[in-house]
Amino acid sequence: MTIQPSYYLVLSGILFSIGVVGVLTRRNAIIIFMSIELMLNAVNLTLVTFSNQLQTLDGQILVFFVMVVAAAEVAVGLALIVAIFRLKNSVHVDDVNIMKW
Amino acid sequence: MIPVLFFVFSSVAIAAALLMVLHRNPIYSALFLIMTLFALAGLYTLLNAPFIAAVHVIVYTGAIMVLFLFVLMLLDLRVETRADKTFKPTQIVGFVLSLVLVVEFGLFVTLDKPSPVSAGVQGMAQVGDTVSIGTLLFTKYLFPFEIASVLLLSAIIGSVILAKLKLK
Repeated sequence: MTIQPSYYLVLSGILFSIGVVGVLTRRNAIIIFMSIELMLNAVNLTLVTFSNQLQTLDGQILVFFVMVVAAAEVAVGLALIVAIFRLKNSVHVDDVNIMKW
Repeated sequence: MIPVLFFVFSSVAIAAALLMVLHRNPIYSALFLIMTLFALAGLYTLLNAPFIAAVHVIVYTGAIMVLFLFVLMLLDLRVETRADKTFKPTQIVGFVLSLVLVVEFGLFVTLDKPSPVSAGVQGMAQVGDTVSIGTLLFTKYLFPFEIASVLLLSAIIGSVILAKLKLK
């Protein structure tokens, strides 16, 4: 049997949905962050699949830029989480609701 | 051989991702996410993208996940306690919405209409090795590449400022 590109797309969809579950159900800010990373990686898998299928490397270049953005996002986001922890002594998102109206 | 590898890597990726989301201890969650990322690197290799696979392992497991573990160690290691065994309404809504998302993805992929994916492209498989990716990155995508360096610089400055911030 051969592996169809759609198998990769289904796998990517499943991984993305697991990431969505993590963001919507977990209350620890760092785990929410890791779930976002999982979603970014699911999209990367889609890009590499299409890049392979369409015989072009542009998709892989885009994966490269997604990684750059993810690295920048993680650096700033973790700095924010540490700052929130110093202020509130917690990384629970339910404790950080001062901007809630 | 390739189908076997595909199913091994994909099942490891899905199982580790589920454990990542469901585990109560954040440290274990981070370790399971690393497992998922390794499985994804294997899948990239199967998809003729060895350079992306290598960079993925170096950047994600070597830099990003180490940063995650570092921050987890800096902060409290309290295991998330669940007040009661019943699910909160937000959690139920979250699971239902994600299930709807899975079904939608499945429908899109299995819809029987001609698309570039199913049509396929003839020709030699283009392997994303260091030479081809580097050539493309420094010719066609030179400007985005430079912009990315500016983005990284601003991220460094932003995180340093946030870390040095004097909080009341």
